[in-house]
Amino acid sequence: MNGIFLQLFQNGLVLLLAPLLVGWVNQCRAWLQNRSGAGLLQPYRKLIKLFHKDAVLAHNASPLFRLTPYILFASMWLAASLVPVIATDLPLSPAVDVIALVGIFALARVFISLAAMDIGTSFGTLGARREMLVGFLAEPALLMVFFSAALISQSTSLVTIVETLAHKQFVIYPSLAFAAIAFVMVLLAENARIPVDNPSTHLELTMIHEAMILEYSARYLALIEWASALKLFAYTTIGIALFMPWGIAEAGRLEALPLALGMLLLKLAVAGAGLALLETVTAKMRIFRVPEFMGTAFLLAVLGMLIHFLVGS
Amino acid sequence: MNILNIYSGQLINLFAALVLLIAFAMLAQRRVLSLINLFALQGLLLAASTALVAWSSDQHHLYYSAALTLVLKVLFLPWLLHRLIRKLNVKWDIETLINIPTTMLLGLALVVFSFNLAGPISEIAGTITRSTLGIAIASVLLSFLMMITRSKAVPQVIGFLAMENGLFFAAVTATYGMPMVVELGIALDILVGMIIMGIFFFQIRATFDSLELKHMEKLRED
Repeated sequence: MNGIFLQLFQNGLVLLLAPLLVGWVNQCRAWLQNRSGAGLLQPYRKLIKLFHKDAVLAHNASPLFRLTPYILFASMWLAASLVPVIATDLPLSPAVDVIALVGIFALARVFISLAAMDIGTSFGTLGARREMLVGFLAEPALLMVFFSAALISQSTSLVTIVETLAHKQFVIYPSLAFAAIAFVMVLLAENARIPVDNPSTHLELTMIHEAMILEYSARYLALIEWASALKLFAYTTIGIALFMPWGIAEAGRLEALPLALGMLLLKLAVAGAGLALLETVTAKMRIFRVPEFMGTAFLLAVLGMLIHFLVGS
Repeated sequence: MNILNIYSGQLINLFAALVLLIAFAMLAQRRVLSLINLFALQGLLLAASTALVAWSSDQHHLYYSAALTLVLKVLFLPWLLHRLIRKLNVKWDIETLINIPTTMLLGLALVVFSFNLAGPISEIAGTITRSTLGIAIASVLLSFLMMITRSKAVPQVIGFLAMENGLFFAAVTATYGMPMVVELGIALDILVGMIIMGIFFFQIRATFDSLELKHMEKLRED
């Protein structure tokens, strides 16, 4: 009973908090660039505005095009609510381990790429190709990161990993340090952040994610934007769960929830500010440098695994 | 004391992992200037981990090695290299013989090989740092790879120096360092070798108008 309540609570929480995280990152970026910024609540305002508009669809849009925003939204929501953020006993978690989580992200990527090519505009195709280029390089790196963490806890279940890492005494894991750097690189690439893609540009030479969703409007666009926010939230919470899992509520301890919630908000604020800082100090790289960037992420993750075998801790 | 020892062991492992990471970064680096800075950073990590080994195993002669490393490989050699490339005016991009992702994959294979190689050896060794022997071997082999894949003289010399770093690290982790006489001898060797190579750079450039070493493959008959 407690578990179901917790799961529902987390589902609602991630849904509502995700746009706030995007707003916070944007606000931090604005501050770092000496601008005043649009405020923390701007993503919510944008979502409300988009939901009130009438949708415009291309004549040759197939049902796939119309269905994709829902699939995208549902899979990202599922992914975000599977990650143990405030408590570890979630009824949904045993159903899905980290490999399936990567699969959920892949499902969303396949559908958004197909939908982008569905209308037949050159921009959509361009965006889909670039997304696939980034995606197929990021996915193995992400899997390797998960394996590094799974080797320590001897399980691919995210809940077990978090419980093992959160309750052990403090140990320095070189393999996790490597995995953390690789994970940040994957996070930047997968969420269309700055060294790989720029979320606030519509310049045809550089855009990846924005090129794919150019044809969407109104509620479809709102769902996609919300799904992107959920994806960023999911990745951030995965990072928190793997690399700084302290303060999470253990199974069957409801009284630890408020503290866990406070810790989560604090950690999200720090992670968001760090992301904004990272995006401000780096420059957008050429698209053909992206394979090298993702190759480095993969290399780091594999090195982490190898070092785990060598050092044995 | 016991807990501190555990943590120093973990810290040495972390430093060893970072040494390996820097070896890879050097392999992937295109610019000579960043290459020198990475080399200095590797020396700094080496000095720090040597000092840590000295502290946790009560081997006082290792403090001298750490100090020697700090002075020679973090301060003097990078300063010399910086001066050299300023005088030679070579801040260009290094071109590699095979492209960087391939080089990285090769490097990964070398790491797997050397970790396998080090497994049985570190079973025998009795030092607290025995598990890092594989990393030391890997960084020696990675520096080898770097020397092979670079075509210009300066990066090759940096690869040579990095190889010495790896050997030193292997000595520290496997047997708590070499005898002081040997260590001083090697340091002097490196120093003199570096100065001679510095003179060679100018000679090579005066003869061939570039530091590309493939010009030296064929003999000239005047």
